Amino acid sequence: MGIEIAGITKKFGDFVALEDIDLSIPSGQLTALLGPSGGGKSTLLRIIAGLESSDSGSVVIEGNDATRLPAQKRNVGFVFQHYAAFKHLSVRRNIAFGLEIRKRPKNEIKAKVDELLELVHLTQWADRLPSQLSGGQRQRMALARALAIEPTVLLLDEPFGALDAKVRKELRDWLRRLHDEVHVTTVFVTHDQEEALEVADSLVVINEGRIEQVGTPDDLYDKPASDFVLSFLGPVTTLGDKLIRPHDIDISRYEQAATAVGTITRWTRVGFEIRLEVTPEDVLHPEPVQVVVTRAEATALDLHEGDRVWLRPQVGADQVAGH
Amino acid sequence: MASHVTPPKTAGTYARRGLVVVYLFLLVAWPVGLVVQKTFDGGLENLQAAFSDPDVVFALQLTVYVAVWAVVINTVFGVGISLLLVRQEFPGKNLLSAFIDLPLSVSPVVVGLALLLAYGGSNGVFGPALEDAGLQIAYATPGIILATAFVSLPLVIREIVPVLQEVGAEQEQAARSLGAGSWQTFRRITLPSIKWALLYGVVLSLARALGEFGAVKIISGNVVGQTQTATLIVEQKYQDFEQGAAYATSFLLALIAVAALVVVTFLRPEESPDGD
Repeated sequence: MGIEIAGITKKFGDFVALEDIDLSIPSGQLTALLGPSGGGKSTLLRIIAGLESSDSGSVVIEGNDATRLPAQKRNVGFVFQHYAAFKHLSVRRNIAFGLEIRKRPKNEIKAKVDELLELVHLTQWADRLPSQLSGGQRQRMALARALAIEPTVLLLDEPFGALDAKVRKELRDWLRRLHDEVHVTTVFVTHDQEEALEVADSLVVINEGRIEQVGTPDDLYDKPASDFVLSFLGPVTTLGDKLIRPHDIDISRYEQAATAVGTITRWTRVGFEIRLEVTPEDVLHPEPVQVVVTRAEATALDLHEGDRVWLRPQVGADQVAGH
Repeated sequence: MASHVTPPKTAGTYARRGLVVVYLFLLVAWPVGLVVQKTFDGGLENLQAAFSDPDVVFALQLTVYVAVWAVVINTVFGVGISLLLVRQEFPGKNLLSAFIDLPLSVSPVVVGLALLLAYGGSNGVFGPALEDAGLQIAYATPGIILATAFVSLPLVIREIVPVLQEVGAEQEQAARSLGAGSWQTFRRITLPSIKWALLYGVVLSLARALGEFGAVKIISGNVVGQTQTATLIVEQKYQDFEQGAAYATSFLLALIAVAALVVVTFLRPEESPDGD
């Protein structure tokens, strides 16, 4: 159950957007499609919604074959990156749209819309036009509009992509809480790995039209199936001949068993963390290694720019063979 | 909408404004003003004379009838073609888009001649067959409507297309995903977003349709009291030294067109702030 995708292929001219995608998305979960721009994740979401047709393959939503159903018959809630607010309708009428189309009785529509306005904290804005709302408010309205039809699945295409960092953070916490209340099968597309790791129950990493890996955030972060997944989920650096996360490197000013020895050649402080660049003395691996330590660690280790340091992977750190 | 920055006014600013005003005055305002002045030379005499001439009254009625039909046809097909051009991908789309401008670039006389060749009653391509079926096109009202619709076809389309492009397809897709069918999506979402452009296109079409001369002259046969439209009677009266009637009819034609434009200008709301 949930959404079953089998053998989906989509080409735009010569460009292969999706190649033979098989995926099953479990019911009631919050799933993130994660990947770089142009990787095909939005296309996959639009195919699930029926806004785009696939060249081959099938989509089954909660047991119903939707492959040939037009978008309006799929009962799918869709939220767009740029809100797609109906500009000439008030917030209330926007949210009521799907119910008016379904010809529900007036009092039922009003009750449902009031309930949703409450849910998305827009009650006092009900009679405004979308142009009078902020971006975050407009996206909450779009969410309420999609939820009003009690969709079988809720699909969100980069829902927070057009918002500024602070609002984005608030909205994703809010989405997570909302999902815990509503429990509708939800799929959202994002290129922001932090957003995906924080919000989703499971992640699907998509790159160049293929699925790289499917799993829980912990699975993907700790056991990346490929070089690509490792580097996409967070910063990586090369230590010796392995890829490793910069905060998983053990750094010391005192001689110890080490993978590399070098000099701190760059020192950048960003808030609580310090990003170091260590240039190894090994002529075979001359590229600088990125190391991240907290400010407290740097003080405790007595590190300074220009120091000679010994580097090795921390115990239990994930590494993937480099190129 | 971006706030307008007002640069400091210099002598150049006034010179440019002056130039534009003088140009418009010499080209448009003064000649049209002369028509108005000539019309009212003898008080209301010219207008009264025109209204008591059954040929003039018939010509004005025919013109309005033809213009309304041409506008209705252009509105329906204009909206349809615009949606096709903006929302669909198909081979030959650019060609179609270029083809739609043809009526603006080809001389109306050529249009009239072409329609006559296709729909002429005695030797046209479709004409004889249609005439046998009881539908006379050339030298009759349907032919005049056809010619008028032809020359004003691009006006509605060229107004709507940029608006449709700017609005984008997302609102329509959102409506679809919320369960709306094509007609509901069009009526509830697309139409409200293009209504001002559509109205403006309709008014331009109407003005153009009222004033069409060349194409109509050829296809109509210019039969007094049967197929003679207002523009045709203006020419005839002027050449028959009945200048008073010519001026009065011209004035009425101009009045309807200007009134339509003025009404739309006042109806059209300030461009609403977008907020995106």
